[in-house]
Amino acid sequence: MPERRYLIASAVVVLLLALLPLGGSRYAVDVATEVLIYVLFALSLNVLIGFTGNVSFGHAAYFAIGGYACAILLTTYGWPLLFALPAAVVLAGMVAAVVGYFCVRLTQIYFAMLTLAFAMLVWGIAFKWKEVTGGDDGFTGIKLPAMLAHHTSYFYFTLAVVAAGIAALWVICHSAFGLTLIAVRENSVRTGFIGVDTRRMRWAAFTVAGTFGGLAGALFGMYHRGMYIENAYWTESAQVLIMVLLGGIYSFVGPIIGAAVLYLLQVFTNQYTTYWPTVLGLILLVIVLALPDGLIGLVARVRAYRKAWQRT
Amino acid sequence: MTLTMFTLNAFYGLALAMNMFIIASGLNLIFGVLRIINFAHGMFYMFGAYVTFTVTKSWGAPFFVGVLASAASLAVIALVIERLMLKHLYGKEHLMQLLFTFAIVLLMSDAAKMIWGTDQYSVGYPPGLGGAVNLGFVVLPQYQLFLCVVGPLIAIVMWLLVDRTRWGRIVRAATQDREMLAALGVNVPMVYAAVFTIGSALAGVGGALAAPRVALVPGMDATIINECFIIVIIGGLGNLWGSFLGALAFGLVVQFGTVLAPNWQDVLPYLLMLVVLIIRPWGLLGRPETN
Repeated sequence: MPERRYLIASAVVVLLLALLPLGGSRYAVDVATEVLIYVLFALSLNVLIGFTGNVSFGHAAYFAIGGYACAILLTTYGWPLLFALPAAVVLAGMVAAVVGYFCVRLTQIYFAMLTLAFAMLVWGIAFKWKEVTGGDDGFTGIKLPAMLAHHTSYFYFTLAVVAAGIAALWVICHSAFGLTLIAVRENSVRTGFIGVDTRRMRWAAFTVAGTFGGLAGALFGMYHRGMYIENAYWTESAQVLIMVLLGGIYSFVGPIIGAAVLYLLQVFTNQYTTYWPTVLGLILLVIVLALPDGLIGLVARVRAYRKAWQRT
Repeated sequence: MTLTMFTLNAFYGLALAMNMFIIASGLNLIFGVLRIINFAHGMFYMFGAYVTFTVTKSWGAPFFVGVLASAASLAVIALVIERLMLKHLYGKEHLMQLLFTFAIVLLMSDAAKMIWGTDQYSVGYPPGLGGAVNLGFVVLPQYQLFLCVVGPLIAIVMWLLVDRTRWGRIVRAATQDREMLAALGVNVPMVYAAVFTIGSALAGVGGALAAPRVALVPGMDATIINECFIIVIIGGLGNLWGSFLGALAFGLVVQFGTVLAPNWQDVLPYLLMLVVLIIRPWGLLGRPETN
């Protein structure tokens, strides 16, 4: 179990978010919904990056598979959400398992490039399989149950699913499995010596990451009432990678903060200037040259300074 | 497919391959020595093309002055980036280096928009290379023929430089053991700076030479960087002739793919890389990393 103060803090955050629609701002609810989806997406990627030390350049593939599958099952086949959503998530997980089987045989940049290659294949399929996915027009007009059609009810739905997803990921990452993954990251050879099948562990992590990425994608598709091939493109993979790195990969909450900060920053910057890339570029330069542990590392450093200052 | 069509396509594929090789070889050199995955390489390529446009169209200079100007300006940009910022990141985590080069991409893409706007530009074929050569059964364009000569030339020069000179020996030593080399009295930071500069200048040359073939638009860097990675990866990271082979495979697959499976050409390079990596996980000529 997590420490009590973390549990309380999480409950407070969820409660505060639940109160948000009472403020009456449609805009705030929309932004919050999207932030929640990206938080789950970033967190799913961090299972792979932060816990096993494998950088994926193709995480958007599972996001897109989850999104497209859920959209197609709901709309083309008229499945109820109760079946469509789990089916889409399972499908994303299954594809991740197949892709992961090949990818985990490689390490480092070769691993990253193979994930990218598979992701671009998914993009190609979404692009070319026009009858099913809608091709480059995207898959639009997703049918949602009437219960979720209103933006407030969809926000609550997203909040519940994302909170459950984060809790599940927390349990997975702090289980014996999660600790084994850290061991694999820190010293894969030694972990192998004590009898751990490191490749299988990385494979499992890949599958978990893909599954939760698919869940985030399904939420995204339903929220936007459409999936587009850009969601499978490598730029989407790059964006979620930056969210994870911005927050900090060596802590569980890092990617949550990274996703929220990056998304909100983008929304606000775009209101004032079209030079979002410059702003993001400068932020990244500061991180790289001054804050190598991400935002979470900054918090830890400020704390250490304060402690040292109090002692004197 | 007739013999004429086959020859013509193979030839266009070769020309594309050689153009890509020039760009990818710079990326490969930088990775081989500095162990840095330079995402900004595609942006350097784009700047190379744009500088050529400005020098030839706006200032009216000959094409080859444009090529030299591209190489020189990219060398200066790369040197400034390396000396001011990149040098602080060598010992750091790979992810940080990756984020750094990505930041450079973002900043340079906005800079390009400020300097050149978002219009589409084109650069004409240089005089004397705009014609075609008639072989009887097929007519080959001169500029592509020129690329097929320049590509192997650059490969040979790079091979001689790295494999046959004292400086090349130092560079190869730097990839093996940086500290030992420094202990022997070699100014390693200067070697790194030189390698980054030369590799980036190659991207500039590649961009300048591509300028007559392609449309100059914002975003032209994005596909190129992925394609360069594909070439370098399928050849084997850090291996010069591997990149040459990778570029050949890439050029031919893309060119014939465009003819035989139209509209799939965007995915074909990735498919190629996927097949190569599954069969030969370290690339065609690469060796497994030992660490």
